[in-house]
Amino acid sequence: MNLTPMVRLVGLVKRFGDVAAVDGVDLEIARGEVVVIVGPSGSGKSTVLRCMNLLERPTHGRVEIDGVDLTDRTTDIDSVRADVGMVFQQFNLFPHLTVGANITLAQRKVRGRSKEEALEMAERQLERVGIPEKIDAYPRQLSGGQQQRVAIARSLAMNPKVMLFDEPTSALDPEMIKEVLDVMLELAAGGMTMVVVSHEMGFARAAADRVVFIDEGRFVEIGGPAEIFDSPREARTRDFFDKILHH
Amino acid sequence: MSVLGGAAAGDAATGVGVVKEEPLDADSKWENFPYWVVLLGLLVAWFGYLALFDDNYAVAWERVREGIWLTIQITLWAFALSLALGLVLGLGRITDLDQNTHWSIRALAVVYRNVSRTYIEFIRGVPILPLIFFLALVIIPDLSDAVGKPNSVDNKWRGILALAIIYGAYIAEVFRGGIQSVPKGQMEAGRSLGLSRLGTLRFVVLPQAMRAIIPPLGNDFIAILKDSSLLSVLAIGEITLRARQYSAGSFKFREGYVVLIFIYVTLVLALSFLLNQLEARMTRDRQGER
Repeated sequence: MNLTPMVRLVGLVKRFGDVAAVDGVDLEIARGEVVVIVGPSGSGKSTVLRCMNLLERPTHGRVEIDGVDLTDRTTDIDSVRADVGMVFQQFNLFPHLTVGANITLAQRKVRGRSKEEALEMAERQLERVGIPEKIDAYPRQLSGGQQQRVAIARSLAMNPKVMLFDEPTSALDPEMIKEVLDVMLELAAGGMTMVVVSHEMGFARAAADRVVFIDEGRFVEIGGPAEIFDSPREARTRDFFDKILHH
Repeated sequence: MSVLGGAAAGDAATGVGVVKEEPLDADSKWENFPYWVVLLGLLVAWFGYLALFDDNYAVAWERVREGIWLTIQITLWAFALSLALGLVLGLGRITDLDQNTHWSIRALAVVYRNVSRTYIEFIRGVPILPLIFFLALVIIPDLSDAVGKPNSVDNKWRGILALAIIYGAYIAEVFRGGIQSVPKGQMEAGRSLGLSRLGTLRFVVLPQAMRAIIPPLGNDFIAILKDSSLLSVLAIGEITLRARQYSAGSFKFREGYVVLIFIYVTLVLALSFLLNQLEARMTRDRQGER
């Protein structure tokens, strides 16, 4: 059994000008683990996630994916990114391409798969997210929930080692949140390593191995979902959940 | 019947007065009719009639039309070259490499970015006519001397190159604007899938940027056609020079310039019609009604 953590953050700092969005955090995420990061807006939760595939370049510290240090300048970042799936709040599908072409583009250009292979993989992943019939549609013809599921399929088609989700349901109409969470729950159950920035408590309770509460760029508290949600040790954590759970 | 219509009928019943029922959102057809198309068509037709069928204009027409092919050639070459130059400069303007690229390559990118910016700002800071003189009579001869082939560029090509060098700067800004109009998330999504910066640019960003680029590019195409007239100052025998020569030699200014303007307006209208068709097709594509 491979004991190298899938994701490892060591003393991670990210500054924007004078502001430390992430102010020295450490975390190890094991293979198959599902970690949910919660925190108030502006707490640095998305920045931590975006450091994990170097969409943000850390100011200090290290980010390792499966033992490879992303901050090392000799690392081929493109090949690491191909192994790290990323799902965005705004879906970021390619609007000029069909769903099928969205899912096959990187498979062909990065993984070097043939058109047939890539298309077969696209069909399989669309089946997995429940919309195989949309392969020839354009993104604008899909609902938000469907677009996000295509985005997930697009990432999965690259056979990622780990999936990052940056508030995947925040831009969705309420009635479409469940269909996306269902896909994510299934992924989690299938043993995918996942890091999820989200306030979906239901998802966290059902799927998370650990919940990280972040505030002002620091990890305030890390623990199982029940522990963090129901009996947080820190006052700041309690305050936050009081606010989002009671109106 | 609408609620408002019902109210009007009620008024009629009580004898307050009958208002002719018309939907509030009706387009009044006579106000929106494109009269300008008719007027423009009449104007062009009248000029065309004079230029082609009036004996007084026949000589002017014969003389000026010899330059039409040259005007078209200049326009096409200058546009093609300025497109290539504009793409190179426009990309230079927004060059931005990953931090983990080697420092020497990043230094090159800094040079590229700043040279592009300097070029664009310089060219856009000078009026076109002085630039044409300066480029065609100073810079291009200097360059041909420098490569050891003095006088190797003929007059026509000096003019074409001058126009291309000038419009390259304008078109660079069109490309830059088009590329920057594509949301940042598109680049991030491409890079997150492991595509390189160049790969994402090519397969994801540029195809989307094209939609924003086509209309302003069409404007520059038309502007080049019109500004090719400025090359008459270099004694290049396009239509403006021929009209000037004919008018000056015969004192028939009316004939010479009516013919000249007829040719320009016909060429420009034909070109903008073609560009509109192209644009309409791109818009249809955007709405998914292929």
